[in-house]
Amino acid sequence: MLRYTANRLLLMVPTLIGVAVLVFFMLRIIPGDVVEVKLRADGGNVSQQTIEVERKRLGLDRPMAVQFADWMVGLATLDLGTSMWTTRPVREEIAIRLELSIEVAIMATFFAVLIAVPLGMTAALMRDTWIDYVVRLVTIGGLAVPSFWLGMMIMIGLLTFFNWLPPITFTPIYVDLKENLTQLVWPAMAVGYRYSAVVARMIRSSLLEVLGEDYIRTARAKGVYEKLVIGRHALRNALLPAITVIGLEFAFLIGGLVVTEQVFNLNGLGKLFVQSVSRSDFTLVQGLVMLIALFYVSVNLVVDLLYAVFDPRVRYR
Amino acid sequence: MRRLTTLRVLAAGLLAAGLAGWPAFADEPKRGGILNLAISAETATYDGIASDTFATMHFAAPFYSELLKFDLASYPKLKGDLAESWSVASDLKSYTFKLKPNVTFHDGSPLTSADVKASYDRMRKPSPGVVSVRQATFEDIGTIETPDPLTVVFRMADVNPGMLEHFASPWNFIYSAAKLAQDPKFPEQNILGSGPFRFVEHVRGSHVQGVRNDKYFQAGKPYLDGFRGVFMLQPAAMLNAMQGGQVLGEFRGISPAERDRLKQAMGDKIRTEESSWTLNLLVSFNTQKKPFDDVRVRRALSMAIDRWGGSQGLARTSTLNGVGGLMRPGSTYATPEAELVKLPGFSKDIGASRAEAKKLLAEAGVPNLSFKLLNRSIAQPYTPAGVFLVDQWRQIGVTVENLQQETSPYFAALSSGNYDVAVDFSNLFMDEPTLGLSKYVSFDRAPENRSRVIDRDIDSLFDKQRHSVDTKVRGDLIRQMEKRTLEQSYSVPLLWWHRIVATNAKLMGWQMSASHLLGQDLADVWLAE
Repeated sequence: MLRYTANRLLLMVPTLIGVAVLVFFMLRIIPGDVVEVKLRADGGNVSQQTIEVERKRLGLDRPMAVQFADWMVGLATLDLGTSMWTTRPVREEIAIRLELSIEVAIMATFFAVLIAVPLGMTAALMRDTWIDYVVRLVTIGGLAVPSFWLGMMIMIGLLTFFNWLPPITFTPIYVDLKENLTQLVWPAMAVGYRYSAVVARMIRSSLLEVLGEDYIRTARAKGVYEKLVIGRHALRNALLPAITVIGLEFAFLIGGLVVTEQVFNLNGLGKLFVQSVSRSDFTLVQGLVMLIALFYVSVNLVVDLLYAVFDPRVRYR
Repeated sequence: MRRLTTLRVLAAGLLAAGLAGWPAFADEPKRGGILNLAISAETATYDGIASDTFATMHFAAPFYSELLKFDLASYPKLKGDLAESWSVASDLKSYTFKLKPNVTFHDGSPLTSADVKASYDRMRKPSPGVVSVRQATFEDIGTIETPDPLTVVFRMADVNPGMLEHFASPWNFIYSAAKLAQDPKFPEQNILGSGPFRFVEHVRGSHVQGVRNDKYFQAGKPYLDGFRGVFMLQPAAMLNAMQGGQVLGEFRGISPAERDRLKQAMGDKIRTEESSWTLNLLVSFNTQKKPFDDVRVRRALSMAIDRWGGSQGLARTSTLNGVGGLMRPGSTYATPEAELVKLPGFSKDIGASRAEAKKLLAEAGVPNLSFKLLNRSIAQPYTPAGVFLVDQWRQIGVTVENLQQETSPYFAALSSGNYDVAVDFSNLFMDEPTLGLSKYVSFDRAPENRSRVIDRDIDSLFDKQRHSVDTKVRGDLIRQMEKRTLEQSYSVPLLWWHRIVATNAKLMGWQMSASHLLGQDLADVWLAE
């Protein structure tokens, strides 16, 4: 298991280096000059000399190879550089939003798993009964309804029925737990519904598949209690594809909640991502892409390790 | 008996005084409370001289003071801010300001004439790397003298009749000379002012926060303990927050539909105020591109727009309303309607105008013209304006694609000239002609002229009006410049904006004006509960 974990960890390094190289050069191909966009953002009259001074200050006048070397050295020392738009360290810009985004992702995952596991199991075990149909209807609804729309409905509902809205600025969990949860539980629910629908459908289909396997029939023929058949043999195997989906969805939530964040006025990474792209803020986009890539490979690592825990064949391969 | 009479008189007097005083007592400003307000954009810079957007103004104004301010109760009259008094030489060649004594910056350092001089020098002659969009405004200043710590004298190189109003520009924040000497770019990312509020924090993407400046030079002000400006980029989220009472105001402006929604939901708990707006939405034809280098094409496109009919419809759905020329309708130098309708594009007979427009396009050899309209992806009023223009031009056989872009790429395209026709705007804070007309002078003098034209006749008329002290002569020159601009149809007005501001009934002391850049320091604002 240790060797398996070490192998997986080592594989992360070339993946991240590949992402770093790609993101650096691809951003340079895209048209748009951050300095011009920034200095003329308000329609002001800015001389070419001022633009050149700013380009020099940001190091954009240096050869691309030198900029790339700088970026890679910075990455190795966990220095993501300075935002070209705000002139603040990229790490600082991300840190302000990261806590909120991770919290929403964790709460949505918790919410999704809490709903999806019993729903998916019930639907599979009561296949083609009215309960199954209801669950399928609920999950199809989750896939069909955009999270931001559900978010808007939640807000309008809270406003109409309770004349109340969640806080509009973020309070860290260690400052005020109640205030923090009061703000984030609603967006977590809005995105968690879609998330739970995806996972519930995955659990239902994989559980149905596993329940048709020979070893389940054998277990039942041997007279093993049904609860044991389901809990120990069927569910354990059926959860494997669901774990993959949960992991991928979690990584997506870190930077993908662009519209939902705006509905709830959340200061998250999704909004920052869109802003930094529209402002051609290369260093910030690079930092965000690396962060999200890191989340994806880390989540994949965790999923791989869980596979090994649930399925011994993986770790002994 | 005498004692009884005295008591009666005293009681009657007290009662009368009480009754008379009651309304005044009810309107008495109350101290305390934190004001939450919405700011519908987030600024990249804190520096007033580098910006032209309300995002910077609504963020930074509560932290700074200026020499003069517009008195919104009797706009466009001026009042002193840092200036205790001022005098203007009869030949308009010098302006002398006496500063209020004992004014300090928020770090406790004294504010003197040296700070005023350093701030104005930075605006008119910025160091390399410092962006000043106010450079042209103050180019008529020759020298700035500081005979003593409380006196500043501006000696003019050229006469400018609008100069005093320019000293009241809300952008002229006074910075610390010492800080500017250390780093001329200091105000870009740091805040050190002498305004009613001290800076606490700017959490990027979230909010800006300030607390009361207890040493503010206006005794007893500000009334609030502090304020928090929350960045709310989504109008729906902002309206929800207004309705829920989480923010008590947004001072840029909302659309008629948003006003109606808030009124319906909140009844007398919401207050709405309306005014014409010192913002003019323009259509700029890129004269450096064919066929827009042909005056017939430009004029035809301007003449196809039914401004009078459009103002009726757009006023119901957007923040557009007033039909006017280059100066705001109703302002001193605005063209009267009787004269305006004689100018190309402003006739009330739209049928005849469009027939003439078709003829002009045919003469120019482009009867089936098609092009892209560069527009900004902000709902109000850009989207309805773009849709309206596409429809207007369709009626003379012109096919147009409304290309809406995010603010930054939109401005980048405008600056690089990468467009055929653009929806543009003129954003003013007062009706002073030199400020309002500077956008229409030749491109080599005014890069913000999005038609990118060089027209020395217009430049000449602009310069003559700029230095003219005779109001009548000046008015005639302005009218000639406007006629030339509209006949050549370089940049033409579409409609003037209409400002609607909704504030919670608890919010008191904030004053409505024709500009969303004025009156944002929150010094007079207080909370009724």
